[in-house]
Amino acid sequence: MKTVYWLVKREFWEHRGGFIWAPVITGIVFLILNLMGIVSGEVLGARHGFHFGPLEGEDIASKIRSLDPHQLQQVGSALDLAMLSSSFLISVVFAFVVFFYCLGALYDDRRDRSILFWKSLPISDLATVLSKVIAAVLIAPIIVVICGVLTGLAMLLLFTITLSFHGVSLWSLLALAHPFQVVGFLIGSIPLYLLWALPTVGWLMLCSSWSRSKPFLWAVVIPVALGVMISWFNLMGSAGFKSNWYWRDIVARVLFSVFPGGWLRDTAAQQLGDNPDHIGNFFTLSNSYAVLATPDIWIGAAAGIAMLAGTVWFRRWRDDS
Amino acid sequence: MNAVVTASGLSKHYKNALALDNVSFQIPAGRIVGLIGPNGAGKTTALKAILGLTDFQGQLNVLGLDPRSQRDKLMEEVCFIADVAVLPRWIRVREAIDFVANIHPRFNRAKCEAFLARTKLTPDQRVKQMSKGMIVQLHLALVMAIDAKLLVLDEPTLGLDILYRKQFYQNLLEDYFDENKTIIVTTHQVEEIEHILTDLMFIRDGRIVLNTDMEAMGERFAEVMVSADMAATARQLKPLDERQIFGKSIFLFDGVDQTQLRALGEIRRPSVSDLFVATMKGTYA
Repeated sequence: MKTVYWLVKREFWEHRGGFIWAPVITGIVFLILNLMGIVSGEVLGARHGFHFGPLEGEDIASKIRSLDPHQLQQVGSALDLAMLSSSFLISVVFAFVVFFYCLGALYDDRRDRSILFWKSLPISDLATVLSKVIAAVLIAPIIVVICGVLTGLAMLLLFTITLSFHGVSLWSLLALAHPFQVVGFLIGSIPLYLLWALPTVGWLMLCSSWSRSKPFLWAVVIPVALGVMISWFNLMGSAGFKSNWYWRDIVARVLFSVFPGGWLRDTAAQQLGDNPDHIGNFFTLSNSYAVLATPDIWIGAAAGIAMLAGTVWFRRWRDDS
Repeated sequence: MNAVVTASGLSKHYKNALALDNVSFQIPAGRIVGLIGPNGAGKTTALKAILGLTDFQGQLNVLGLDPRSQRDKLMEEVCFIADVAVLPRWIRVREAIDFVANIHPRFNRAKCEAFLARTKLTPDQRVKQMSKGMIVQLHLALVMAIDAKLLVLDEPTLGLDILYRKQFYQNLLEDYFDENKTIIVTTHQVEEIEHILTDLMFIRDGRIVLNTDMEAMGERFAEVMVSADMAATARQLKPLDERQIFGKSIFLFDGVDQTQLRALGEIRRPSVSDLFVATMKGTYA
């Protein structure tokens, strides 16, 4: 346990830039962009005598007072979404970080031969691989959630403070939002992310510990080349194998499942199809955890663990340094 | 005396080459063994087999363990320095010490820090900011603070200047080596280590061609400086090697009676490098 703890710590020493600074800087940039947007809105509004608000001539504060409960709920949802949007942006950056981290995790030290140093210490290859998986799908997402929550709260404050200049009471508006629910949603998504990302993490790490050079190329070329062949056979009229299924359930799962929220894609199609009103209720844990009832996530996780077992084997026996 | 390493029938094939060809040897505890051979002779393969870094055929026992199946346990007792450039470039001195101290059960932090205090290294320095010589100082400090039974050094001083090289071996002898420890070292800079070796192993084309301790080597091999008029007589004793210097011939004999040789001229113990060159004649031809 102590060994794994220090191994994870080691990963963060090495990848401080990707795991810590990338989400922090993304959050800061996000806030700055929003601030710039608000300031330019205010300045332009003042310059052209244009009032902030849904209706010309009507004060935004009185407008909010005149909303019925249903509309107020929508305002709350909009605030929740605004809070989530920061996490969304940070997540995208984070997904790229994790993707390339996994690809390099067991390859970079073979390339620069520092593997010989790590292998001179009493560390099992299982512990090494385990620590890298933990860093990628557990600790890094926790950092992302912390950054996302802090940025989201800062965003919310930014909006309400801006609106308070227009006579809207700070607390009345904040009371409409559900920051705890949003935070709960983000934290609760971490275990799901772990399960969901396993096939991609497994595949990328397998390529990382197996390939003698250019792990990126192998990781992408193999599934895509297979897919092109399957699509081609389909095109030629052979109906034995559905290429859509392959692209969606194999390629997407081994390459893009490091993007958080991928498990919502089915529910998204059903619930958001024609009724955008539901968007506020969409980002809930019950919606997320519904995916656990589908075999998809479990098969993917099992495949990911199998690939990680292969990763450990290659880490032990790949002899090229 | 217990053998630290026992190999019997050790073989290793790469795709189109034989790196180790049915090699058998024993290394007792408390020795400093020089494993010496030309490039591609199989030195590194032999070391990798001992360290469990590669698969092989045959029997190999290191400290009572099989390096293939019990590697994780073995590495608590074995240390190695592959060459100077294998410390990760991003790591800081402080992080390296913290890491090894918490990972390795036999690491002595105070010893490591005392050793580093004698260098110019600072805790926040990263490996990528260091010269090759400084990297090896750090690596040596980490390794010397580990109370291991076997230390394997594969070209540890490659690319270092002579000051660092001398210091490296001096530290190793003064602060690390004792009768409970065993060191296996490969290097091409034979002259610098010959006085510290207790045993010598020559390897060529995957085979051990010479395995002797230094004392026995002095008895078995002799170098004789022979004047020109005696040269023909000397040649009849089938010398391993002959070279000319200042109009005299220097012959290298293997297993020829020393009294017989004394009649030819002045006898002295051959240097390891001369012996090596004579033994490996024709390797690259």
